[in-house]
Amino acid sequence: MSLVLEREHVTQAPPRPAARRPWWRSRAAKGALYASPAVLFVLAFFVLPLLLVGQISISEWPLLQGNQGINFPENYQNLTRNRLFWPAVGFTVKYTVVVVVLLLGLAMVMALLVQNRRRGVGFFRTAFFLPTALGLASASLLFWGFYSPSIGPLDPILQGLGITDEPIRWLGTPNMALFSTVALIVWKFAGFFMLILLVGLQSIPTEVYEAAKIDGATGWQTFARVTLPLLRPSIALCLIISVTGSLLAFDQFYILTQGGPDNSTTTVVMLIYREAFRRFDLGSAAALSVVVLVALLLINVAQFRFLRRGVE
Amino acid sequence: MRQVLGRTPYYVFATGLAILFLAPLVWTAVASVSPHGATAQKVGYGLGNYRTLFNWEAGLPTYLLNSARVTLLTVALTLVLSVLAGYAFARFRFPGRDVLFLLVIAILMVPYVTLLVPLWVLLGEVGLRNSLEGLALVLTLYQLPFSVFMMRISFEAVPRELDESAQVDGCGTFGVLRRILLHAVWPGIITVGLFAFLNAWNDFIAPLFLINDSDRFPLPLAIATQRVQTHGAIDYGVTEAGVVVMALPCLLLFIFLQRYYVRGFMSGALKG
Repeated sequence: MSLVLEREHVTQAPPRPAARRPWWRSRAAKGALYASPAVLFVLAFFVLPLLLVGQISISEWPLLQGNQGINFPENYQNLTRNRLFWPAVGFTVKYTVVVVVLLLGLAMVMALLVQNRRRGVGFFRTAFFLPTALGLASASLLFWGFYSPSIGPLDPILQGLGITDEPIRWLGTPNMALFSTVALIVWKFAGFFMLILLVGLQSIPTEVYEAAKIDGATGWQTFARVTLPLLRPSIALCLIISVTGSLLAFDQFYILTQGGPDNSTTTVVMLIYREAFRRFDLGSAAALSVVVLVALLLINVAQFRFLRRGVE
Repeated sequence: MRQVLGRTPYYVFATGLAILFLAPLVWTAVASVSPHGATAQKVGYGLGNYRTLFNWEAGLPTYLLNSARVTLLTVALTLVLSVLAGYAFARFRFPGRDVLFLLVIAILMVPYVTLLVPLWVLLGEVGLRNSLEGLALVLTLYQLPFSVFMMRISFEAVPRELDESAQVDGCGTFGVLRRILLHAVWPGIITVGLFAFLNAWNDFIAPLFLINDSDRFPLPLAIATQRVQTHGAIDYGVTEAGVVVMALPCLLLFIFLQRYYVRGFMSGALKG
């Protein structure tokens, strides 16, 4: 085989200059050809919708009748007139702060717990991480039964231990609904963030810890002065993912609380769904979508700036 | 952490935490077969809840099939697009390459819902609204940033000498990909496929926006609808049976492919 090929090489005329080759047979053209399915896909399902959402947001666009012409800036003005808008923004921000603090705090504790190889660590890692394998909707449905007065196990346990006398309405009051949903999210995602922090922890060279030990640093000092600063990139990644995810919260509230009681747990994304499919106003839904997009971009730019400044 | 806590407190604390994390999973499995007056399983342990779920509306097989179709379509489409694109971005220089790669990654910065409203309109224009094929297209879009990134670094990790020796043996660029590189990037392909599977199987908001015919609901949407449409008393037992059905494939895949799952994480984490 190779012998034949070698002969072909020999008999071939000196290599033709690349410029003579027609452009569509060039290596660059082939590369572009391999990239083209993905690129066309992204143009059709990403760039085009992005332009269209802008157009819908400045148009009167009832869900079923379709485009009725431009009405700018009516959709955007109506946003703030919606009596649910500011409460939804406020609730989403409050939820985000609570979730991010609890989630990343617990994830850090868990990552430190399972960071070193020792007996049982493999089991702990798997146990902490297993809820991550579930979908968010599955996990929400699971907790919907878990918190139910009918088959939920919490009330029997608490009453059996003599801690409470009456059933707790886990989703019945605004504060309890928030607390219960946060518990679900922490359960579902702590293992996910634990893993990111674990990858970061294991990239810290052991010499650094040894040096700290020689200098006589206590456990806490080592953590605060050595581990935390070196873990900064991983923490930044966790922060950006968890903030973005929480600001866009939908599944868990749609399934667990339906935004209630009294719309107290309605998030911004739920408002988009509500505008589009309950009030059949695609224009307002698109305007709100654009606002969410811009807000999220600004928040992420601010986070990047803040986190980067800290590194320098 | 173990310096802070002593040996025994460490194990007590870690075990307690592990029990808290496992308890809800164990509880669902048990609750779905346990007797309870308010569920379809009234007396003794048994599969009453599963039987009710099996026969609910269009029937569990229909919803399972819907989910399977969307998931397999998404996985197949994601793999084809990301392998070709990953190959292109890793091995070729062409005008606009870096801009196009950034464009794919930029999908991550746009919230899911921002695109769902216009996609509802666009899919309607081409007759793909309310169809599982249209849903798979949308789910694929959100897999692309991770998948293209993953495939690109997988191809880049393969030494170029491998391509070159194959080219000397007379392989064209597609031959190099098919005969040589596909074998070398196999772990990356499994990781991309696994993430596409889990995300497509579990997605809730995209079908909620795009599918309105209940016969075409994928499983999560069907289970979530089941619990509010049951007339009279809500049957939580059936819901938990549904959770078990949805969770089983994910947990199995996760247990068998844990290595590939963690691999995806490392690459994503290193990027930050």
